[in-house]
Amino acid sequence: MLLGPALALSAILFSIGVAGVLLRRNAIVLFMCIELMLNAVNLSFVALAQVHGLGGQIMVFFVMTVAAAEAAVGLAIILAIFRHTQSVDLQNINVLQG
Amino acid sequence: MTAAVFYLLGASAIASALLCITRKNPVSSALWLVSTMFALAGIYVLLHAQFIAVFQVLVYAGAVMVLFLFVIMLLNLGREASDVRGKPAWALAAAVMVILGAQFFAVWHYTPAQMASEQHSGAAVADPLAFFPNNALAAEAARPDDAFGALSASLFQNYLVPFEITSVLLLVAAIGAVVLAKRRI
Amino acid sequence: MPQHSYGAIPWIGLTVLLPLLGFLVNGTLALVRPQAKRVVSLVGTGVLLASFIVAVLVVLQLRQETLIGPYTVTFWHWIVVDTLQIDFAFALDHLSAVMLLVVTGVGFLIHVFSVGYMREDPGYARFFAYLNLFIVFMLLLVLGSTVPLMFVGWEGVGLCSYLLIGFWYEEKANADAGKKAFIVNRIGDFGVLLAMFILWTSIHTLNFAVIAERAPTMLEAGGPVVTMVTLFLFLGCVGKSAQIPLYVWLPDAMAGPTPVSALIHAATMVTAGVYLVARTNVLFAMAPLSSTLVAGIGALTALFAATIGLRQYDIKKVLAYSTVSQLGYMFIGVGTGAYVAGVFHLVTHAFFKALLFLGSGSVIHAMHQAYHATHAHEDAQDMRNMGGLHRYMPWTFALMTIATLAIAGVPPFSGFFSKDEILAAAFARGAEHPVFYLFWGMGLVGALLTAYYMARLLTMTFLGDNRTGTAEQEHLHEAPWVMTAPLVVLGALSLAGGILNLPAFVGGHHALETWLDPVFEPAKKFSQLVMPHGSTELLLIGGAVVIAVIGLVAGIRGTLVRPIVVAKNAPAEMGFARVLFNKYYIDELYQFLIVSPIVGLSRLVLWKGVDQSVVDGFFVNGSAALMRGLGWLGSRLQTGQVGVYVILFLVGVVWILGSVLR
Repeated sequence: MLLGPALALSAILFSIGVAGVLLRRNAIVLFMCIELMLNAVNLSFVALAQVHGLGGQIMVFFVMTVAAAEAAVGLAIILAIFRHTQSVDLQNINVLQG
Repeated sequence: MTAAVFYLLGASAIASALLCITRKNPVSSALWLVSTMFALAGIYVLLHAQFIAVFQVLVYAGAVMVLFLFVIMLLNLGREASDVRGKPAWALAAAVMVILGAQFFAVWHYTPAQMASEQHSGAAVADPLAFFPNNALAAEAARPDDAFGALSASLFQNYLVPFEITSVLLLVAAIGAVVLAKRRI
Repeated sequence: MPQHSYGAIPWIGLTVLLPLLGFLVNGTLALVRPQAKRVVSLVGTGVLLASFIVAVLVVLQLRQETLIGPYTVTFWHWIVVDTLQIDFAFALDHLSAVMLLVVTGVGFLIHVFSVGYMREDPGYARFFAYLNLFIVFMLLLVLGSTVPLMFVGWEGVGLCSYLLIGFWYEEKANADAGKKAFIVNRIGDFGVLLAMFILWTSIHTLNFAVIAERAPTMLEAGGPVVTMVTLFLFLGCVGKSAQIPLYVWLPDAMAGPTPVSALIHAATMVTAGVYLVARTNVLFAMAPLSSTLVAGIGALTALFAATIGLRQYDIKKVLAYSTVSQLGYMFIGVGTGAYVAGVFHLVTHAFFKALLFLGSGSVIHAMHQAYHATHAHEDAQDMRNMGGLHRYMPWTFALMTIATLAIAGVPPFSGFFSKDEILAAAFARGAEHPVFYLFWGMGLVGALLTAYYMARLLTMTFLGDNRTGTAEQEHLHEAPWVMTAPLVVLGALSLAGGILNLPAFVGGHHALETWLDPVFEPAKKFSQLVMPHGSTELLLIGGAVVIAVIGLVAGIRGTLVRPIVVAKNAPAEMGFARVLFNKYYIDELYQFLIVSPIVGLSRLVLWKGVDQSVVDGFFVNGSAALMRGLGWLGSRLQTGQVGVYVILFLVGVVWILGSVLR
């Protein structure tokens, strides 16, 4: 079963993803950290699917699809921003300030 | 044996993830992330989710991460100074990691019964099987030889509409990416 | 046993519905086709005629019925809250029947008169819409079976009065007069409301019939509750019927068109107070203190207003003060316990005062046309500009003379019988409470003054030499038949109105008294009035007649003895005459004591202090500034730095998780 250890691993990986978001300024690396968090959640879905039914695995499938779509759009946005500011450093991207 | 492999893969995943968020070079970050995903794929197999494991390798490690690497190389990143933040950010990141992790472990004790009592909806929901009513599928998933069959039956019967909507989402994402990335349309 | 049919009585709702229809039609026409005067005249007077016919049929049927209590027609349940149930229902009894006839009958005649009087007015359709609406509300007031429904009519006639006083609202003075009437009446209305509340809490009913039933058993006669109720009711009457100290609005109300003065401010609306006292006669009979106050205020007003009338030159102002004075007589009547006499005087007064107003309207109409033809800017209502009009308007003169004799109390005109009955009743009550002798005396002096100022009015207007001006004299002529015909009818009624309640000494049977007996029966248990008989009665009557004649002769001679100077050259009044001319400076006194302090308070404290600084400054602008400050603070968070957003987001996540897992 390994339900408990899998969930613990999921929590650890998610926390690492969060820490990464806080630690990095590079937009692409930030994206990768988000992918890491999504993976952590996927892991807990799969682990719980053993107990509560295949709905968990289906959900993982959808998460992956959404992650792919998100990566495509997000990277396109980063490309557009890079073209504009010649940088992917988030410190240089602050046109949305109030 | 299974447990040993699991712990091995888990340790590898954690180490890769830590390296992923601390490497200065984006390319090495991306490669360490790929490593994490492979480890996770192995764990999925151990958790009786062979289909997802294959998918993980094909879609995540194969397609999405290649896209990442492609963009990193396209933008020619990695030659400039490190993008890792300073000491305060490290402290903050460590603190959040610990707090959030602790909270997730606290979820362990957060039972459906507790949730039910919080919602004042009585004891009927307290039973985990009642809370996740799809226990027929759980029984089916327990037969390893039929895992693919059970998954596809579920995907194309119970979840057909979300599945189709997902295809629309992908189409929209593809068009959106083209529109955003192209210089002039 | 076959069901008793009651003939025309169940159709009583028509009397209200028809004028309402007229109001709707005329109101619509006033908005979309104001020039359609022919249709407006037909509808406006037609509905009143129809209403009057229905009323006559109803009353004829009522003569044959032997009803115990009023005949009630319930249309729907209006207010139902717990035990409080108020129906939208009409109650017909002998008292409301009398009022029904007066309102629809006199109302119809005045509508006809208005067709001629308002012919040239651009607001013709609007005028008739208002008049019809007034009749609707007046009938609601009269027929309402409960105090709240009566109050709807009470407020409604106030509204119509306001609308019609300010009918020519282009002039500020007219609009101000309308406002004055409305605001002064509010004081009285507050009294009626309080009376209603006390009635509900003490005897749990607001239905007139049930009040008459329960009050004798559930309330202590002469006790504090019934005294309070009647005092508050009387406060309403004081406002509506223009008694001291709230009479000031009525003379100003003459700013409205003359038919309005005749209908609303003489014949019908202002008598609502008298009607209300008569309607709640049981309560007043049970509260001797209140009744005495009613009679006292009435007597004081009768005398006081009559003195002011002595020195007014505006023909309508004289009549206005005369109305106030005559209303005072009615209150002497109902306050004395002679409810029949009060109602009797109400009816005869409706006849002769409507006649006087319409006659004066006829005169003003002629004067106005004469001045209009020569483009002179003189006052068409000032009696100093009239004189000798009997040569040009013989019909009006003859009819006005009848009305003058009636109001002065000369036999056999109608006013003689009613006024005499009131004074006789006051005298009779004097045996019980000597203070009523005083009221009787005041009434007698008032009668003398009434005869004097009415004779003065008649003399200044119609007798002597004409002072209008030579050029204008050619244009003076009698009003058209549509205006004169109602005058003739009213003249006949003023002449013969006494027949309604002929006393025994001229061979009558007190017809009205017999008719109204069922209504005032309950009051008799509490106050029995023994009217004077034989030589005392004849002596009283003889004295009254002598006084009336003295007043009339003095009025004519006193006016003719000196030549009258036209208004624009007239010297200022001197001495006490000046005080009278300025109406005892009561308006100025009210201005100084009440209006100015309130205006000052409103301006300095409420407007500048409360509204501008507290409400505007603190609440309105303050909340805006607070929101702007909060917005500024919030905008500081929007750094545009994704890192900051992530941190805030995480703080939120940790916080929510922490609170869930607690």
